[in-house]
Amino acid sequence: MRWRKVESARRWPLLSWSIVLLAAGYFLLPLYATFQFSLGMQRGETSFAAYHWLFASERFIDSLSYSAVASLLAILAGTLLVVPTVYWVRLKLPRARGFVEFASLLPLIIPPIVMVFGYMRLYGDGSLLPLTTSDSRLDLLLVIGYVVLALPYMFRAIDTGMAAIDIVTLTEAAESLGASRWRIIVSVIFPNVRSAIVAGAFLTLSISLGEFVMASLLSRPAFGPYLVQMGQDYAYQPAALAIMAFVITWVCMALMQFFALRKPGQRFLPRLWAGRATKKERDVS
Amino acid sequence: MAHRLLRARADAASLSGSPLWRWLGLVPFALFVLLFLILPVLYLVQGAFQTPQGQFTFDNLRALASPAIANAYSLSIRLSLVSAGLGALFGLLLCYALLHGGLPAWLRHAFTTFSGVASNFAGVPLAFAFIATLGRLGLVTVLLRDLFGINLYASGFSLFSFWGLALTYLYFQLPLMLLIITPAMQGLKREWQEAAESLGASRAQYWRRVALPVLTPSVLSCFMLLFANAFGTLATVVALTGANFPVVPILLFQQIRGNVLYNPNLGFALALGMVVIMVVTNLLYFVLRARAERWQR
Repeated sequence: MRWRKVESARRWPLLSWSIVLLAAGYFLLPLYATFQFSLGMQRGETSFAAYHWLFASERFIDSLSYSAVASLLAILAGTLLVVPTVYWVRLKLPRARGFVEFASLLPLIIPPIVMVFGYMRLYGDGSLLPLTTSDSRLDLLLVIGYVVLALPYMFRAIDTGMAAIDIVTLTEAAESLGASRWRIIVSVIFPNVRSAIVAGAFLTLSISLGEFVMASLLSRPAFGPYLVQMGQDYAYQPAALAIMAFVITWVCMALMQFFALRKPGQRFLPRLWAGRATKKERDVS
Repeated sequence: MAHRLLRARADAASLSGSPLWRWLGLVPFALFVLLFLILPVLYLVQGAFQTPQGQFTFDNLRALASPAIANAYSLSIRLSLVSAGLGALFGLLLCYALLHGGLPAWLRHAFTTFSGVASNFAGVPLAFAFIATLGRLGLVTVLLRDLFGINLYASGFSLFSFWGLALTYLYFQLPLMLLIITPAMQGLKREWQEAAESLGASRAQYWRRVALPVLTPSVLSCFMLLFANAFGTLATVVALTGANFPVVPILLFQQIRGNVLYNPNLGFALALGMVVIMVVTNLLYFVLRARAERWQR
């Protein structure tokens, strides 16, 4: 009985190590392979030629900036939609919370392809609200689609941010000083949930920047369709694009974490003179 | 003066708050949700039960049983099952190894951080990464051939087939599983293990009789989420196979682009079938998660 226990204790770490190493290999090997592959554009030497090629390509720059603008507009519109709504529901309409929460979860359940199919049918030619009849209207529809895609993440981020501050007291204080409803949202509530918004924004950016389905079906010159086209036409550039996409995702996630953990009003960088301030406090005491 | 009085009155009204006035604050959001979430889906649902002339019919739903479409559903469901199953199994093993395997804590943090990124690293770039790794000229394919003389593609493997796709999906399924199963694994209380051991249970018995039954609803709920995640995946498949792999989203994609089914309302039925599967799996996820959270208090 006793020897079995000892043996199992000795065998488990070995098993755990092998599982972890296998997983690490599975995660890292594709990244290494892709990076190696992306350096092989010039025969017989490793070079960043594929990356140079991309940054010199007009279509790369154009499609990336198109998607970046669409994502930023979606983030802006999403913020304007979600912040006042969450604030209002928390302050005055706790009964509507279930509806707002449910509606914000829907985009995770309805696949984007179904959503965009519905848009094309409902807002196509001859509808009361035609949104597919010109390029600028299609751009608008894509931005709306991205707002919908971002809704779950924006809602969760902003709702968590609002839960962390006492909005009722803040609102009453502002009201007693004579601030209007709109002024309260803009100059009291918004600065307090700024970090939460930025955190949600980076998650949104990482999702919508390379989004393919909506952009492709609405035939927009976005980054996602450009990526697919590149994959069909070239060998080394797609590998370089994948590495860049991974880095962008990594940066977005890191910034999201950073902002999600910030307290309202906290500085970006620790104060350089913190040491001196504490010394002054010591002198005072 | 007058307008200040008016505003004071308006403020007083909003503070005392007639209920109707309060609901007005929800109008922009409700309108947006109605126009761009609810109505488009309802429109498709309605269209699924209509002939192109607008009469009520069940023919579109019956047509889902035609070979091409039934095969697409079967392929989608099998691929989602396999990739969710592999993701759940390996995710569970990995989570166990990281939490209870006696490994250094920094490893766990490294995996958690990486998983946050990898679970969002999907779509087209993921497909490119796997083409560079396991494609016909991928690094691993070439290495295996040159060093060990193993010719992957001659032995029947292809990145652009069922198992290749499942292996690619695993790259975002496994991290997702790790992220969502970790809280459940951490919720296993030390006292239970101590109690089991003091009653003479071996470690294996504790896992079989206590830990796994407690973890089961969590694992099942995560499995459902992974299934839904795989079922809706489209961009990765397009980038890997050039839209030549007939899963349901691809079929719908081609239908929207060029009416390949020669019946627009059949497209609606296809979309409805997708929505039904997504709704069912997500509902199961929420129900099971609620059950699982009873243990995490």
